[in-house]
Amino acid sequence: MEKRELICIGCPMGCPVTVELEGGEIVNVTGHTCKRGDVYARKEVTNPTRIVTSTVMVEGGTADMVSVKTRDDVPKGKIFECVQALKGLTVQAPVHIGDVILSDAAGTGVDIIATKGVEAASA
Amino acid sequence: MYDVIIIGAGVSGSSAARELSRYKAKICVLEKAEDVCCGTSKANSAIVHAGYDAANGSLMAKLNVQGNQMMEDLSKELDFSFNRCGSLVVCIDEDSLPDLKALYERGVKNGVKDMQLILDREEIFKLEPNLSEKTVGVLYAPTAGIVCPFGMNIAMAENAATNGVEFRFDTEVTGLHPIAGGWEIETNNGAYQTRCVVNAAGVYSDQFHNMVSEKKIHITPRRGDYCLLDKKAGKHVKHTIFALPSKYGKGVLVSPTVHGNLLVGPTAIDIEDKEATATTRAGLDELIEKAGLNVKNLPMRQVITSFAGLRAHEDGHEFIIGEVPEAPGFVDCAAIESPGLTSAPAIGVMVAGIVKDLLQLEDNPDFNGTRKGILDPDTLTTEEYNALIQKNPAYGNIICRCEMVTEGEILDAIHRPLGAKSLDSVKRRTRAGMGRCQSGFCSPRVMEILARELGVSMLEITKSGGASKLAVGTNKDRI
Amino acid sequence: MKAYDIVIIGGGPAGLAAAIAAKKAGVDSILILERDKELGGILNQCIHNGFGLHTFKEELTGPEYAARFIDEAAELGIEYKLRTMVTDISPEKIVTALNREEGLFSIQAKAVVLSMGCRERSRGALNIPGYRPAGIFSAGTAQRLVNMEGYMPGREVVILGSGDIGLIMARRMTLEGAKVKVVAELMPYSGGLKRNIVQCLDDYGIPLKLSHTVVEIRGKERVEGITLAQVDGKGKPIPGTEEDYDCDTLLLSVGLIPENELSGDMGVEMNPVTSGPKVNERMETNIEGVFACGNVLHVHDLVDFVSEEAAAAGRNAARYVQGGEPQSAGQVIELQPVNGVRYTVPCTIDPEKMDETQIVRFRVGNVYKNMAIGVYFDGEQVQHRRRQVMAPGEMEEVKLEKAKLLAHPGLKTITIQVEEA
Repeated sequence: MEKRELICIGCPMGCPVTVELEGGEIVNVTGHTCKRGDVYARKEVTNPTRIVTSTVMVEGGTADMVSVKTRDDVPKGKIFECVQALKGLTVQAPVHIGDVILSDAAGTGVDIIATKGVEAASA
Repeated sequence: MYDVIIIGAGVSGSSAARELSRYKAKICVLEKAEDVCCGTSKANSAIVHAGYDAANGSLMAKLNVQGNQMMEDLSKELDFSFNRCGSLVVCIDEDSLPDLKALYERGVKNGVKDMQLILDREEIFKLEPNLSEKTVGVLYAPTAGIVCPFGMNIAMAENAATNGVEFRFDTEVTGLHPIAGGWEIETNNGAYQTRCVVNAAGVYSDQFHNMVSEKKIHITPRRGDYCLLDKKAGKHVKHTIFALPSKYGKGVLVSPTVHGNLLVGPTAIDIEDKEATATTRAGLDELIEKAGLNVKNLPMRQVITSFAGLRAHEDGHEFIIGEVPEAPGFVDCAAIESPGLTSAPAIGVMVAGIVKDLLQLEDNPDFNGTRKGILDPDTLTTEEYNALIQKNPAYGNIICRCEMVTEGEILDAIHRPLGAKSLDSVKRRTRAGMGRCQSGFCSPRVMEILARELGVSMLEITKSGGASKLAVGTNKDRI
Repeated sequence: MKAYDIVIIGGGPAGLAAAIAAKKAGVDSILILERDKELGGILNQCIHNGFGLHTFKEELTGPEYAARFIDEAAELGIEYKLRTMVTDISPEKIVTALNREEGLFSIQAKAVVLSMGCRERSRGALNIPGYRPAGIFSAGTAQRLVNMEGYMPGREVVILGSGDIGLIMARRMTLEGAKVKVVAELMPYSGGLKRNIVQCLDDYGIPLKLSHTVVEIRGKERVEGITLAQVDGKGKPIPGTEEDYDCDTLLLSVGLIPENELSGDMGVEMNPVTSGPKVNERMETNIEGVFACGNVLHVHDLVDFVSEEAAAAGRNAARYVQGGEPQSAGQVIELQPVNGVRYTVPCTIDPEKMDETQIVRFRVGNVYKNMAIGVYFDGEQVQHRRRQVMAPGEMEEVKLEKAKLLAHPGLKTITIQVEEA
């Protein structure tokens, strides 16, 4: 039987979670204090995913940059590709929270959305 | 051809430049750094010494006392911070009392006024409550004071520039040789010809002297490490406290600064490298150990920064000022170590006098010896301040929150003569970034203002010129 | 002079939550003074996710979390002034501030909420020897440059200190194309949250060296390299353990200091452990009607708890100006942190004035595994809660019930400690 020791990143508590695997199958998850820990641990040993955050440039706005994130988790292996996909991208102000900045980032099927509003600069 | 070229825009060179601008002459200052006040002049104790330290009859003693006497009027003429707070030499060992007395007597012979030898402990602690309990006597010199070393150097240079002196920054002198009627000076930015050279090159002044003279001099860079404490600790002592060397060791000085901080230092470590202004762990540890020797309960946890400066210590421990006999037109202003800052006003007058006689210079009728510093809104009444903000809203925008420096002051620093081009040059002129957060908050904001006002990209902004770039690229530029 | 019932110093997460709570409690005359060009404070540059799980039950980025509060404040019509720096607060609650439009002006407040946040400890405070080249940034300054301005402060980075901002910036700089070589931590444990070690360092293979510090900085104009050394139990570098790293940048994430210059000047009494004001159960300082919350009070690791604490401060400020504070015989119970508990917020409790439940927040001074938190009323144990892991980087709390305190008449001291499980 294989044992994987993880730290749950589901919330700042950082519970130490143990996943027991038998022939690649998860047989037991222990150590978590809430359901999120169980979900995280199962995913982490099979298909680890992360939210990716970054910034893109804004034109004609009250700020030069706007922060963005992947709307959902993307596979860990796709993190760098998601950021790369934003390279050279400039959006036009105004930008609203939730606006899609890039759809289907790096073939993940996940959109990258704005996490901050930037108003258009008054001319 | 220039009449005078001064090598070095430190406090000696700048003082000489300003004094020379009283005469009709074409004058240029060559400075290897990006700004004035970048060497010894920016990292020292900022003390205006009374003048009892230097040997009787020495040039050091004479110029120290003269410089001290000139300081008050000069600080008003040129609008820099000076505070005659007085100094105490503290003796913590009965056996060393004769040394304290000897210091007093030396001071009297040097012409230092109003000194008092105080042996009454009650009187001593009334004067300065936080001295070591071991204190058995103090030498009180009310004429000693503290000055803003940047403010003084910058003020002298600015005033010189206003009176027609040219300044060439990022210009390093690499060699010099005599030509008909003067000297040719080689630099990284081409050659300059001049009738007369003033060697005010600080720790490098021996190199230039030795290029023209067989009578070699030798300067040892003597490093001094300092710690600067938060303004919360600024009132820990009222006077500059010197330690009288005793069986307990040499001690270091503890002094208020004109801006309300507390300064502790320096160490004295002789080194080889004339650029080695790095503090060391050993140096800082030594400082912390010695700091409490003469002053009790020093809050060393309130240190906000540490730095080191190099003193231009010549083997003979004496200022070397004058024309080099075998090199007509080459005037040394060399080996200027402590009390160099105090002496600077008098050094300038002396050097200018020598050059004037050499070149037979006439008075400059347009000379204007007064200069207005950067306006500190703190000195205004509320009504005056509001009128200023109404006229120029930049004065209502605080950029450095620790030192409460406004955008208006920073803009002034950038646009006045010899204006600031880097973060550190803004800092030395306005104090933005000198406070307890050490520029964490204001540096991106000052960078933006510099970029905007100088019309350059943020990527061009440096901490202190040269290769000291702050931002090295843009997001994702290498992915 | 203009007058407001409540003036709030700082429009970050604490100030916003305090304002919203005060408004909801029925006070209309509220003014937030914010020095930046927008509300939201430091959250605006914290573009990573992980905020709001506690408050909103979803994971938000910093700007999104801030926007929820900014929008709510706007809906409630709360007044604020941006780009306005408070220069002085008098003990009589006259607030003096400065901006471009109005110049220097004064406001009379009935109650003041201090929510100025904190600043980063600098290199100087650590007294790291060496030159003073470009390329040494506090992690927060680097965060601002990268996230707000789009500039890279360096290419090859060493980070000193494993505080959360440092860990977050290790990931940020990596994603934007820099190489983060190592994170060094003076203490034998990390100062940041465990999840940040996993998702900011482990995910990217960035080594964390515990019990290490920077002993040398090379480079005169720009950082060219640094030397790390292992430290002994007293934090002193051990000779012979030096390792050189070539890098152009040193980021410092070595602690946060509550920004209490204004509070200190007005005579607010400070707790030397937190560097924040001493407050009672209503988040009120020793000056009546002056409340404190958020990182100016004590440095938090979770903004959710800042919002919660600030809302309490706002409600209490409202109650103070409305004259609605409960009657009290003036009993003051001291909270005493001992045995590994470094401090408590609040410092005192008046059982008649407290809410039905009082959350007491604190930090421990070391890493403790399989220990417990014990609470004692004048020596009598009233709580014993097992904790698998406690660390200085993570804030702890205990809950006190009003009914239980009232059931102990004459109670003088509540002791909170780390103890055997």
